[in-house]
Amino acid sequence: MRYFYSVPRSVLTFCGFNWQIANGAGIIALLALVAFGASPISPYGAWEIAGTPCLPPLSPEHLLGTDMLGRDVLSGVIYGAQSSLLVGLASAGAAIVLGIVVGAFAGYYGGIVDDILMRFTEFLQTMPGLALALVLVAVLGPSIWSVVIAITIVSWAPVARLIRAEFLSLRGREFVLAAIVLGQRNTKIILSQMLPNALGPIVSTASLKVSSAILTESTISFLGLGDTTRMSWGMMIGNAQGQLREAWWMSVFPGVALFVTILGLTLLSDGIARSGSARKQSML
Amino acid sequence: MQFLGYVSWRLLKAAALLVAVISLNFLLIRMVPGDPATVIAGESGMADADFVARIREIYGLDQPLLVQLKTYLVNTLSLDFGHSYRLQTDVLALIIERLPATIALTGAAFIFSLVVGVSLGVIAGSRPGSKVDVAIQFVSVALYSVPVFWIGLMLILVFSLKLHWLPASGTGFEYGQIPGVLEFLSHLLLPMITLSLFYIAVYIRLARTSVVDVTHQDFVRTAKSKGLPSAFILRKHVLPNAILPVVTMAALQAGHLVSGSIAVETIFAWPGIGRLGYEALVQRDYNMLLGVFLVTATMVVLLNLVADVLYVVVDPRIELVR
Repeated sequence: MRYFYSVPRSVLTFCGFNWQIANGAGIIALLALVAFGASPISPYGAWEIAGTPCLPPLSPEHLLGTDMLGRDVLSGVIYGAQSSLLVGLASAGAAIVLGIVVGAFAGYYGGIVDDILMRFTEFLQTMPGLALALVLVAVLGPSIWSVVIAITIVSWAPVARLIRAEFLSLRGREFVLAAIVLGQRNTKIILSQMLPNALGPIVSTASLKVSSAILTESTISFLGLGDTTRMSWGMMIGNAQGQLREAWWMSVFPGVALFVTILGLTLLSDGIARSGSARKQSML
Repeated sequence: MQFLGYVSWRLLKAAALLVAVISLNFLLIRMVPGDPATVIAGESGMADADFVARIREIYGLDQPLLVQLKTYLVNTLSLDFGHSYRLQTDVLALIIERLPATIALTGAAFIFSLVVGVSLGVIAGSRPGSKVDVAIQFVSVALYSVPVFWIGLMLILVFSLKLHWLPASGTGFEYGQIPGVLEFLSHLLLPMITLSLFYIAVYIRLARTSVVDVTHQDFVRTAKSKGLPSAFILRKHVLPNAILPVVTMAALQAGHLVSGSIAVETIFAWPGIGRLGYEALVQRDYNMLLGVFLVTATMVVLLNLVADVLYVVVDPRIELVR
């Protein structure tokens, strides 16, 4: 893995690193802007019957056309950014916090605690993630929070393993040993000595977690199992599936929005991974 | 002897994982709000008091939870996955009937993505920093970011609905027909490509990294300083060492293809267990749903076991760590 990033360094420094982070961050900033400013930006409401059904794109007053009920596709795409961002941030945040807590615990205490926790994360990582998420949503009922919970459950384990590995290597370092000798409490050592030094690889993983959360959410909504009271890109594509032949725009534009969002997050994560200390962590 | 020990240790681990999966299944069905008996009955109108009482008796739902878990474990391990009261069939029988379609789709996608991904990855990795390399890496990032279900719809839109080149749904086996090989392949092509794209991206990354990695090792430098032609070095020295980890990594991920095929089978009306699971999800047929989940998870566990063992067989340098 090491050589992967060191070889094309000359290429990276002039087009790779800056290019990736700049574009990724730009896309995400745009997404956030659209999500937060949805109501002033959007020409119509997300559910509002705004015109004649099935208008093609570039119709006057409906830039991206309308769907089979006459709702404006552009407005749907704009409001859909909210669900994606909300689910992406909430479940990635929860997965990272849970992963940090479990990983720190396992890596710091070692022994039997470590053994049990790591067998458990191994088990979760063996499970087919998407299938488990779908079953969990079906079991918990269709609401945005059960989607968040399901995605969190299937995605925290790799974070825990990452943090555990960092903690294991930090555990024997002089400054940690010094803190132990000084009689600092375990929680204080974990929080103030080790955690700040273990967070490096998390930064690029975080961006990746958000993108996979958004992708999972959209798949759940596409299959019609998500929260149907919130406009989301996956749901728009799922609803438009039957009209693919007659009205391609209903499924093309939400998909493009989804693709660009994931692309932005992937670029961001990759760019961060390639730069500096977190170099070993790539998007895979 | 050491190898046998390793294999039996792995077998033991796989068995433990399976028991864990079954217990998880047990837990999941009890997480559904409401009386588990009515949940198993399918929450349908036909769930009259007598029927629910019979289910309660069959599944031992009036027993303590641990006894219930034991009953469930014993039933599942003796391949009794229960009955789908919605579809009025045995769960396992229907899953077995649908399994070949899924295996055909995921197997084809696995081979296709491996061949395409590794080839592109080797091309990119053997000329790091070149325009070809940058282009292939860009393709990899793009494929990695494209939502599977959406690209499936787009392929249908272009190749089935607009160009009329390929069928949009089914396997060609519908209505009791036996299709020709070409007809079956034409049905297989779009879902296979859809399912492969993400994994092509992953394998490009893996193969590229691996080739670049090996290129920097001492024996390659030696070969270069001996004056061997670079094509020869690539073929004889780099590839044999670079491909191995990729193939074994790929085998580890193969199980997750089954999970990914849920959306693909749904879009392309492919009659495999992914679509069966989706239908069960939509109809709240929990017995069927958990049966499908169990079979999927079992396949992942078994494929991991095979990959673990293969890894050691093909690469004797690997230490047999427990």
